[in-house]
Amino acid sequence: MAGPVAFFAVFFAYPVAAIVGRGLHADGVWQFGRFGEVLGRPDIRDVLWFTTWQALASTALTLLIALPGAYVFARLDFPGKRLLRAVVTVPFVLPTVVVGTAFLALLGRGGLLDELWGIRLDTTVWAILLAHVFFNYAVVVRTVGGLWQQLDPRQEEAARVLGAGRLAAWRRVTLPALVPSVAAAALMVFLFTFTSFGVVQILGGPAFSTLEVEIYRQTAEFLDLPTAAVLTLVQFLAVGAVLAVHAWTVRRRESALRLVDPARTARRPHGAVQWLLLGGVLTTVVVLLLVPLAVLVERSFDTPAGYGFGYYRKLGTVDPSGGVFLVPPIDAVWNSLRYALAATAISVVVGGLAAAALTRRAGRLVRGFDALLMLPLGVSAVTVGFGFLITLDEPPLDLRASWILVPLAQALVGVPFVVRTMLPVLRAVDERLREAAAVLGASPLRAWREVDLPLVRRALAMAAGFAFAVSLGEFGATVFIARPDNPTLPVAVARLLGRPGELNYGQAMALSTILMVVCAVALLLLERVRDRSTSEEF
Amino acid sequence: MNSQLRRAVRTALVGAVGVCVLAACGGESKDKDPSGGASGPKTVTLVSHDSFAASDAVLKEFTARTGYTVKVLKSGDAGTALNKEILTKGSPQGDVFFGVDNTLLSRALDNDLFTPYEAKGLDQVAQEVQLDAGKHRVTPVDTGDICVNYDKKFFADKKLAPPRTFADLAKPEYKNMLVVENAATSSPGLGFLLGTIGEYGESGWQGYWNKLKDNGVKVVDGWEQAYNEEFSGSAGGKKAGADRPLVVSYASSPPVEVLYSEPQPAQAPTGVATGTCFRQIEFAGLLTGAKNEAGGKALLDFLISKKFQEDMPLNMFVNPVVEDAKLPELFTKHGAVVEKPETVAADTIAKNREQWVRSWSSLVVK
Repeated sequence: MAGPVAFFAVFFAYPVAAIVGRGLHADGVWQFGRFGEVLGRPDIRDVLWFTTWQALASTALTLLIALPGAYVFARLDFPGKRLLRAVVTVPFVLPTVVVGTAFLALLGRGGLLDELWGIRLDTTVWAILLAHVFFNYAVVVRTVGGLWQQLDPRQEEAARVLGAGRLAAWRRVTLPALVPSVAAAALMVFLFTFTSFGVVQILGGPAFSTLEVEIYRQTAEFLDLPTAAVLTLVQFLAVGAVLAVHAWTVRRRESALRLVDPARTARRPHGAVQWLLLGGVLTTVVVLLLVPLAVLVERSFDTPAGYGFGYYRKLGTVDPSGGVFLVPPIDAVWNSLRYALAATAISVVVGGLAAAALTRRAGRLVRGFDALLMLPLGVSAVTVGFGFLITLDEPPLDLRASWILVPLAQALVGVPFVVRTMLPVLRAVDERLREAAAVLGASPLRAWREVDLPLVRRALAMAAGFAFAVSLGEFGATVFIARPDNPTLPVAVARLLGRPGELNYGQAMALSTILMVVCAVALLLLERVRDRSTSEEF
Repeated sequence: MNSQLRRAVRTALVGAVGVCVLAACGGESKDKDPSGGASGPKTVTLVSHDSFAASDAVLKEFTARTGYTVKVLKSGDAGTALNKEILTKGSPQGDVFFGVDNTLLSRALDNDLFTPYEAKGLDQVAQEVQLDAGKHRVTPVDTGDICVNYDKKFFADKKLAPPRTFADLAKPEYKNMLVVENAATSSPGLGFLLGTIGEYGESGWQGYWNKLKDNGVKVVDGWEQAYNEEFSGSAGGKKAGADRPLVVSYASSPPVEVLYSEPQPAQAPTGVATGTCFRQIEFAGLLTGAKNEAGGKALLDFLISKKFQEDMPLNMFVNPVVEDAKLPELFTKHGAVVEKPETVAADTIAKNREQWVRSWSSLVVK
């Protein structure tokens, strides 16, 4: 417990408090009068309202579209499942600039929908909502699917034997068991969409603005720290309220469940309903996720001299005039991997410790800490980045120009993922198993290794995959932290897109494709992480 | 928490620290620290925005001349990078800051970011860009023009003459052709807005924008989107089937289009409407509280040396300020000469910027 608390205190609470404090504390007095002033502005009120409702709508839509996907990935076996599960996580790592491009190809002028039915959705709120689904589909599939695949199907079967109908059995047995992870997924999607930045800007156009955008502008553009501080606190309050609702929903819902090895729960689809579900989910995945990605891949091969690897070859060479980078752009792959590995290690260790501590439920304090862990998802990157700048500038923590700051900032987003993915599984572990192990003379560490670890291993691999993906695609923190010139993949893509010329555009597309492949391969490798022995059922 | 669990946590924490240390060992620290140097630090740190670029050869040249190695820190876009320096005033992240332009200059000077220093060779720099000639808190390094670019092929196919001035853009023959960036979030967007204010004055610009709006101007968020998605003259735009042949970009964009094509075309695919330009001047300054003041001064001298000035155009696509620095052939052949760019005084911008952007947003975007 002490470790994660210290981590959050130093790298989150302290920097954010410092930057907010600087905004509200002027000329030696606290300026609480600023609240009324800022919140009284009609444009700010509009922004608040829009931020909230688009996040709610996006969350609802994502759950609606992704829950069947979670079921299919958890319970059905079909060829290419593992690959597809890695691919649906790919959108998560793409820089928004690139997603904008991909989505315009789907929704914009001459896009797929335009060709088929003459519908153009760009610069409408629909584009924003669909893009949020595109980004967060994997969040639901991974968080909910991680638990679902380990629920013992025989419990539902037992209910059926006792005379419950198929639906009733599902509603009475499976649904209650899933509530915590569905709530967790909904919470994460809400926090992500509530603090959405690039999607809203690129697909919605300048007419739409969220709180996150407003905070960014007040901080980074106008340096109006008081207004930014007020908005940050408003964001805090909103996120806090959502966290409270979430805690209230989940409390007393988390109970010991019978968990089994996922390999045994998935079956080949049988019956019309399951085939229909599978077909429906695959169609959704293809249209919503694969088509936009395919557009990018296609453009990366589409050179003026016909289709070929021209742009990819260019990536390996240094621009003779100096240009964007002093190194071949392909070096960005290694930078990204290095950051991602470090961030994943930090996230897994800190998140694992936090989850272990939270499993042993102990009153209000712990629950408060649980909520606290989620806060970084709901605080804007610019606030954290600028907070780092004014707090981590003195030894022993003079980290401003240190490379470790980037993975640390990314781990702030990675840790909540790890906790949220592991907690439902850990809490479902029957306490008596641990007690039995203790009675048989195992030390707590040994008991954890023998009892908890085999059960959470899959969830942990899922969580690690997520932390990895977050870091790989993370753009916010890397932009707000000044760094020596070793660009990560998303930064390199953004930089290439930031200059004219067909070669730059082509290389940006090629680098985006490489980013997707790196992400998919890394996730596939993580999925393969298996212990020597498959745990026997408990 | 019971004591046994605490022990487990401690074990894990030690492991975590181990991981971090290992990661750090695997990290890069290529600081070649020349040991035994009693002459102060041998590294000079340049803080800049993300667009800073210089060729390796030129940075090596600086080291050969002065003995200092340059470390470049990139700190976000121009506005963000400057605001970070203001926030960390007195405890700066580096020695020299590059990338304050005339739209932000007053903010930098009002916050006393810089220690005055008259760079060697300033007499070679054009007078009209020396906006702080009295005190030398900042040194001008480059200029660039934000102008409307047009898609040559589109206008040739239509047999229509491309627009040349701000007034042309509001004419009916150019209806639904122009895409601009959001002045609130993009520096070319702000530059174009300031250009219209320079042209039509503080009382007339809103009327002009009303005309543009009636003529179907489209506003998108940033340059990347405007240029790569909406502008029919760019590679991305062609692939996306873009239908806007006019975009707010830079006077240097056409030469860059040529530079980054294979094979290089004889003619740039895009042209510049030279009567729609706003001039940006970029400055550098010695940060107050710099750890290596001597190195910082040497770097400022170097930034306005002929060597660096002639290296800049092909790296940052800007124009040199030193009068005898030669432009590369690419620029003389494909670049546009902007005779009379619009300017607005730096302190006028500082006073009204936020108000202008707000009125512009409610007028054009909402």
